Amino acid sequence: MRGWRRLLWPRLAQGLVSPPLTDAPPVPPEELVQALVARLEAASQARLGRSLAIRQVDAGSCNGCELEINAMQSVIYDLERFGLRFVASPRHADVLLVTGPLTRNMREALLHTAECMPEPKWVVAAGDCAVDGGVFKDSYAVEGGIDAVLPVDLLIPGCPPTPTQLLEGMLALLEAQRVG
Amino acid sequence: MSEALLRLVRHGQEQGCRPYQRYLLDRGQWAALIAAIGEDEAVALLGLWADPAQVHAALMLGETILIASCTVPEGRFAAFSPVQPGAVRFERMIRDLWGHVAEGGIDQRPWLDHGRWPLTGPLAAQPAPNAMPPPQPVFLPVEGQGVHQIPVGPVHAGVIEPGHFRFHVQGEAVVRLEARLGYLHKGHIGLMLGKPALVAARFAARLSGDSTVAHSWAFAQGVEAALGLEPSPRALALRALMAELERLHNHLNDWGFLCNDAAFAWLHARAGALREAVLRAAATAFGHRLMMDRILPGGVTDDLTPQGAAAILAALDAVEAELPQLDAVYDSHASLADRMIGTGVIAPSLVRRFAAGGVVGRASGRAFDARHRPGYAPYATLEPRVSTAGDVDARARLRMTEMGDSIRLARGLMAALPPGELALPLPQRAGEGLGLVEGFRGECLHWVALDDGGLLRAAFPRDPSWLHWPLLEAAMEGNILADFPLINKSVNASYSGVDL
Repeated sequence: MRGWRRLLWPRLAQGLVSPPLTDAPPVPPEELVQALVARLEAASQARLGRSLAIRQVDAGSCNGCELEINAMQSVIYDLERFGLRFVASPRHADVLLVTGPLTRNMREALLHTAECMPEPKWVVAAGDCAVDGGVFKDSYAVEGGIDAVLPVDLLIPGCPPTPTQLLEGMLALLEAQRVG
Repeated sequence: MSEALLRLVRHGQEQGCRPYQRYLLDRGQWAALIAAIGEDEAVALLGLWADPAQVHAALMLGETILIASCTVPEGRFAAFSPVQPGAVRFERMIRDLWGHVAEGGIDQRPWLDHGRWPLTGPLAAQPAPNAMPPPQPVFLPVEGQGVHQIPVGPVHAGVIEPGHFRFHVQGEAVVRLEARLGYLHKGHIGLMLGKPALVAARFAARLSGDSTVAHSWAFAQGVEAALGLEPSPRALALRALMAELERLHNHLNDWGFLCNDAAFAWLHARAGALREAVLRAAATAFGHRLMMDRILPGGVTDDLTPQGAAAILAALDAVEAELPQLDAVYDSHASLADRMIGTGVIAPSLVRRFAAGGVVGRASGRAFDARHRPGYAPYATLEPRVSTAGDVDARARLRMTEMGDSIRLARGLMAALPPGELALPLPQRAGEGLGLVEGFRGECLHWVALDDGGLLRAAFPRDPSWLHWPLLEAAMEGNILADFPLINKSVNASYSGVDL
């Protein structure tokens, strides 16, 4: 390998002429969009436009869902091109993205996080565990799915859901605002 | 000294655990064992757990691994923690789950039980209902001028698992970090008990999602040892292939995130793109990006198709071609070196005392890799990679080195896939076994006891992070608060894995 190939700047310059690494965007299923449209209030469109700030909370997951959510932020999926971004505080968030079966030990923290979010807000339950408790639903330590304590607007099943499935769900939320 | 200790344990009654024997000691022998361990630095405590009637300690003495057990009359047993600081959290966990009290234990605070379950001692013979309001957590006190506390979590700013960190700081410097975990406690062990091994395997696969292959394999190894079952060479080779792909994608992830935490976004972006290639290849080859539920007791679920093999080889080629370039960029930027070198040092003596495995142990001079010692098929010869600096930089570099090794191992496995059955049926009989498999974090240990009907009578899955979390606290001492994300990522202990 030639020396210059090992430097950072030539590699960055290459990026100007090479095609992007990012995948083409997935198209969210129409029925999902329509279902969400019905749930969104007209007021929310004016306030949000085509942008959503997401706060993620792991309420009991095995961390498999977190791996795929992080992958969704990589250059391959490039979440931010859609106006979707993760924020550090629930006070800045429109969407609460929750993973895991809801453990009894995380219940209070999840509820506090949800309370900190301004209205209008949406709750997305991602992963089989978040949908209904998954394989953990019969445990003494688990409350069940996220809807045991919070009204859920969108379910994204999968163990874990792939970044594409997660992205489809988030795009459906965006589409629903535009259409609705 | 170790010889005397071994003789001591072997005076106990053999309980028939395979391939590592378990010895039931009386209370006098158990106390003598603890006293002997106090005088022997070479003894590694791999894990401490219980069942309703006994406590069990997995020990490694030189080349020998064995389990020592003791009954718990009136719910009490002599504590390990006065001589083995790594035992502290295990003892707290044992009290929370089984209700057994470690007499003389140096920390009696609850660990997993936050007072929010409907019962106490959920795995005890007779759990008691819990009607008390959740207590306020108590943290270790710190004294000194200008010391103040910073509470962080359980919900963090990034997309990571929940845990509470209590920092005591003096100015910018961290005087003490104490982690409070348990938020992810899902009742794993309780869900596994009474189930057939094939069903319980689903829970082993979900102990820590990033190590799903390693935990599934270790659990399967434990079950197969208990039943005296030998999977086919092909199944073992396919397991190892999945395990090396898992190590590769996680090391890429950790290495990239480390660079990101030092504000070097480009390296993170490249590592993320390469990792995605590995995950997609895994999905093509095995039908699941993380290869979850692909390893079951008895064998594996999927064979490698020519198409899958081609996808994996292409991904390995791409990663191998780029790693030297990423390494060179890492090496040639002072801004990275400034953040990484000398940060979060973990002393070799601490790593030895806590028996920390994986990258954390090897970056501080502990040459332990379960693939090498005790070793298991299909791994033949493999020398652990070791470094001695013990800082964030050493852990990052070791991951880079091990990625190259995993690529070579994966290629070798695919080039010579032996014939054999994918999965063998499980005989329905009683037995007890211990599985030990090197995951990307370190060795995953699964102890399994089956009853006559082939159902799980007792189990303990021990994630390597049990032995890493205390070291993260040590690594933070004297470092600045702003370096916590970097140091935390360099250790990358699993929350779910230890919250059970």
